Amino acid sequence: MKTKIKAIALALALALGFGVLGAAAGAADVKSLRPTEANQPDAPPAIFKVVEGAKHDRAYRQQPPMVPHSIDKYETDIKVNQCLRCHEWPFSDQEKAPKISDMHYIDRNGIRQDTVNGNRYFCKQCHVPQVDAKPLVDNKFQPATLNTNLR
Amino acid sequence: MSNDNSAGEKGLLSGWWGALCKPSSRWSLGGLLASGIVLGVVLWGGFNWALEATNTETFCLSCHEMEQNVYREFRGTIHDSNRSGVRATCPDCHVPRPWVYKMIRKIQASNEIWHKILGSIDTREKFEAKRIELATHVWTAMKATDSRECRNCHDFGAFDLTRQTSRARNRHAEAEQQGKTCIDCHKGVAHQLPAGAFKAERELNKSMEGETKP
Ligand code: HEC
Ligand code: HEC
Ligand code: HEC
Ligand code: HEC
Ligand code: HEC
Repeated sequence: MKTKIKAIALALALALGFGVLGAAAGAADVKSLRPTEANQPDAPPAIFKVVEGAKHDRAYRQQPPMVPHSIDKYETDIKVNQCLRCHEWPFSDQEKAPKISDMHYIDRNGIRQDTVNGNRYFCKQCHVPQVDAKPLVDNKFQPATLNTNLR
Repeated sequence: MSNDNSAGEKGLLSGWWGALCKPSSRWSLGGLLASGIVLGVVLWGGFNWALEATNTETFCLSCHEMEQNVYREFRGTIHDSNRSGVRATCPDCHVPRPWVYKMIRKIQASNEIWHKILGSIDTREKFEAKRIELATHVWTAMKATDSRECRNCHDFGAFDLTRQTSRARNRHAEAEQQGKTCIDCHKGVAHQLPAGAFKAERELNKSMEGETKP
């Protein structure tokens, strides 16, 4: 009986030891796609300024245009949406800002409403400020401009 | 009994008055003048000190109503931290610098202390409910003074439009001719806006349409 318990204990201890060793070897082997090691905290992201004035091209027809100005100071919450203070008619005429298209007023049943619809209320969901940032990893993305069906 | 008393008081009063009116025989006129001046300076200094002590960010934030609502929203905005490290604190935007207007604002503030005791805005919900009214007060005042407090720091004449962003440049170029003032376009620079702010803005603009700016 006693030997049996001893044997089990030994087996357990060995298994545990190998487990720890294995884990240590594993961490060294895992290659991270990020510049930092997998077990290290991420490096802070680079700082990019918003590109103002010029506009980035759209990569495909349905793409929401990127925002050509900084937006960090504009409050968008349940109380107010400062974007609308410039982009919704009639403010758009006073502020000389592009008017949001009627698509922003269509609810999920396809019916046109009189106020900006809830599914388009949080502008930053679709429109992000444009910056001159290179892709983080190499990829084969191509804008759809080359393979559209031209008539 | 009561007659006696008032007579006594009268006697005391007239005694004081007499002493005040009688030319001093003990102190020289120069000495009196000097001590008067010293006392005046001390009192005036103390008064101004109290005025200045209540004109700091720390004093404003000693009310938790201010600390927990407007201040937390103010943190991180352009007037709290920016590339130049020049800050605007609460009194910079909310307390006029010219003495007369400063005194008027300080007297109004005693009303705020009254509401502090009543607890008019001692929760976030109460604050938000009252907020449209508070904000409209500030907008009305700033429209009436042609945004005097903003202009203490921002001199419209010193704007270098060529160094501003294109949106700012386009709007500022025509702002003066249109007779617009900073607060007309820059609401919510330092705090969040209350619900219904744009409707209140339109009503305010309508109600103040006829008034000419100084
Ligand atoms: C002070 C007024 C103002 C506010 C507030 C504002 N914008 Fe703009 N926005 C403009 C102007 C003016 C332009 C045009 C700029 C240009 O053409 O260079 C513009 C351009 C844009 C465009 C590009 C439109 C196009 O046709 O390419 C988008 C998208 C946009 N803004 C989104 C936003 C979002 C999202 C917010 C809120 C976070 C916002 N804007 C807040 C004034 C404003
Ligand atoms: C669901 C995604 C989505 C959301 C949310 C959204 N938009 Fe758009 N937006 C688009 C798309 C897609 C377009 C381009 C097609 C079009 O005009 O509808 C667009 C176009 C625009 C344009 C350019 C219009 C023009 O004619 O040049 C502006 C300005 C704009 N949006 C502003 C806003 C603002 C402000 C908000 C927030 C109230 C917002 N958008 C929310 C998807 C979105
Ligand atoms: C104590 C001085 C002071 C006062 C008072 C003041 N500002 Fe400013 N303001 C500054 C400084 C400093 C900056 C940041 C400049 C920079 O680094 O670009 C600034 C920046 C701004 C900006 C630029 C925002 C941005 O995101 O680029 C606006 C808009 C502005 N102020 C409006 C106002 C308005 C409106 C008022 C009156 C309600 C006001 N300021 C009162 C000092 C002041
Ligand atoms: C007609 C409307 C209008 C008036 C009046 C106005 N501004 Fe502006 N201002 C703008 C717009 C639009 C912008 C750019 C968008 C933004 O910052 O929200 C801007 C931007 C700014 C900036 C940032 C500059 C930059 O390069 O981004 C400062 C600082 C500023 N305003 C201060 C003031 C002050 C101070 C006054 C009063 C003397 C004033 N503005 C009056 C519309 C106005
Ligand atoms: C850059 C100028 C500026 C600074 C700095 C500033 N405020 Fe304000 N404050 C305003 C303006 C403008 C309003 C009017 C409402 C609006 O447009 O957001 C306002 C409104 C308020 C209100 C009314 C409620 C509301 O939110 O509308 C309170 C209370 C207030 N400020 C307190 C403070 C306190 C406390 C500080 C210091 C932490 C402070 N403010 C700093 C400009 C400023």
